[in-house]
Amino acid sequence: MATAVSFQKISRYFGPVRAVDDVTLDIAEGEFFAMLGPSGSGKTTCLRLIAGFEQPTSGHMEIFGVTSEGVPPYQRNVNTVFQDYALFPHMTVLDNVAYGLMVKGIDKPTRHRKALEALTLVALGSFGSRRPSQLSGGQRQRVALARALVNEPKVLLLDEPLGALDLKLREQMQVELKALQRNLGITFVFVTHDQGEALSMADRVAIFNDGRIVQVGSPEDIYERPNTKFVADFVGSSNVLSPAFSKAAGGPEKWASLRPEKIGILPARAKPSPGQQGASAKIIAAHYQGSVTRFNTRTANGEVINVTVPSSLGKFAEGDEIMLHWPKEALHIMAGEA
Amino acid sequence: MRSEGSPLLLKIAALACVAFLHVPLLLIFLYAFTTEEKSFQFPPPGYTTKWFGVVWERQDIWDAIGLSVKVAGIATVLALILGTCAAAAISRAKFFGRDHISLLFILPIALPGIVTGIALRSTFGIMDIPFSTWTIVLGHTTFCMVVVYNNVLARFRRTSGSMIEASMDLGADGFQTFRYVVLPQIASALLAGGMLAFALSFDEVIVTTFTAGQQSTLPIWMLNELIRPRQRPITNVVAIFVIAVTFIPILAAYYLTREGEHTAGAGK
Ligand SMILES: Nc1ncnc2c1ncn2[C@@H]1O[C@H](COP(=O)(O)OP(=O)(O)OP(=O)(O)O)[C@@H](O)[C@H]1O
Ligand SMILES: [Mg+2]
Repeated sequence: MATAVSFQKISRYFGPVRAVDDVTLDIAEGEFFAMLGPSGSGKTTCLRLIAGFEQPTSGHMEIFGVTSEGVPPYQRNVNTVFQDYALFPHMTVLDNVAYGLMVKGIDKPTRHRKALEALTLVALGSFGSRRPSQLSGGQRQRVALARALVNEPKVLLLDEPLGALDLKLREQMQVELKALQRNLGITFVFVTHDQGEALSMADRVAIFNDGRIVQVGSPEDIYERPNTKFVADFVGSSNVLSPAFSKAAGGPEKWASLRPEKIGILPARAKPSPGQQGASAKIIAAHYQGSVTRFNTRTANGEVINVTVPSSLGKFAEGDEIMLHWPKEALHIMAGEA
Repeated sequence: MRSEGSPLLLKIAALACVAFLHVPLLLIFLYAFTTEEKSFQFPPPGYTTKWFGVVWERQDIWDAIGLSVKVAGIATVLALILGTCAAAAISRAKFFGRDHISLLFILPIALPGIVTGIALRSTFGIMDIPFSTWTIVLGHTTFCMVVVYNNVLARFRRTSGSMIEASMDLGADGFQTFRYVVLPQIASALLAGGMLAFALSFDEVIVTTFTAGQQSTLPIWMLNELIRPRQRPITNVVAIFVIAVTFIPILAAYYLTREGEHTAGAGK
């Protein structure tokens, strides 16, 4: 498959701030690619580099094999859905969507027909004559999407497009966006700082920290096999265990991650079966969550480990001394340093 | 609650203020119709409309009006162009010393006109520029530009910068972006700023005195005329004309900007 966007040692500094720091990355054609990271980690700057609103301080970028240095935004076959949508308030919704076609000199009947098609695609076919101010947040978001899609971009950039929506609408739009991307086959580069959103929608995820990419991989890779403590912490719910713990468990002296649902609970002083590792601990809190119960436990060395077990096994309570056990391979040693 | 709390004294003071501001205006209207031409006595000995006819006949008045309209028109157009460019640069670009430059733009309106006037006059003197219509235009453009600049800058601050990027992103070059996105959004600010600028220029005296040389704009003509003892009411007739020419645009500008704010608020 062709490479849609290629970053080769791209950096973008703002004075002393390294917004993007030596990023090398290939985004494949037709891929749904998510950029995930904390605030200020350089995600938006990466998008703006692709769109052409920023120029790299150093490095080389290609879009579909064409060097993008010196190509202004309006000559790139890339469109953006802005975080604040940036609809034009003085135009109707239809004229907003038709804008890209108008500035290319396409005649009015044609561009209005195409704009209407795009609006229909996002289920807003009957809203063409309204003004953006007369739409809800979710509808504006979809107009922004239609306005970008009508230009048939090869790459669509989305900067936290769902950030302004409430939870329910956001979940609905996640499904719709994903379906749209599958049907159109356009490369999506999607920025978010919601890990759930990134993992559920993307084909591949890049984790950003301090302007650098710390890990790129499929959602399973990122979730199951984080390669640094930062990724494990950021992507969520996994237990992050100290180098000392890994060493005691017979591994190298490195940070490790262990998923809560891979761990079982035995009575204190019970012996884990062969192929399993164990650690004695004490339950410090128990949270009943319906089908599962979540225990916060602490080992003798002060390591806090969360455990999720089916509630049907729930014969343990707060304050109990217990033995934790897990399959040897479930303890994932992280390659990275921090 | 409010009106209950404001004592009678305050109300009287407010009324006195209104009277103080507006009675002289009424007097101007009154004495445009008086039959006494050498001094303003109260009440006027008789009433006539002949002064309107006299004004109509006098070529020097028409020359002064012509010059004033020409100067105000050119200064307004220059101010619109320069003020918009300055506002765009200040609001979009980030460069060293931006805030100081912004202050420099507003300074001409804060400075007393007499300082601006002297400064311009000595500059023209040093550079050997002869006084002409253009030196007046130049003088007026300094403060007209500030009015436009302030209006347009306020509008730029309210429009989101990502809209311009969105336009570029959708394939519009700089000119198209200006034509289809920027201009429609600042249009009413331009109109309001332009009208204010025109009104300001039209009745400017101080800077004009320093930059006009031998020519008379309408306000200068009026000043000169007042010193003479003959045909005094014609200045009143001309004053009525000036009130109309400057007041209407200012009123229009006031309503236009108010409406602009209103629609911008509704867009949220
Ligand atoms: N135009 C600029 N001038 C100076 N610094 C900038 C500029 N744009 C971004 N930065 C800095 O670069 C860094 C990365 O910013 P960026 O907007 O890419 O972060 P982000 O990952 O998109 O964050 P968020 O999730 O908050 O949107 C930040 O430290 C930011 O302050
Ligand atoms: Mg961002």
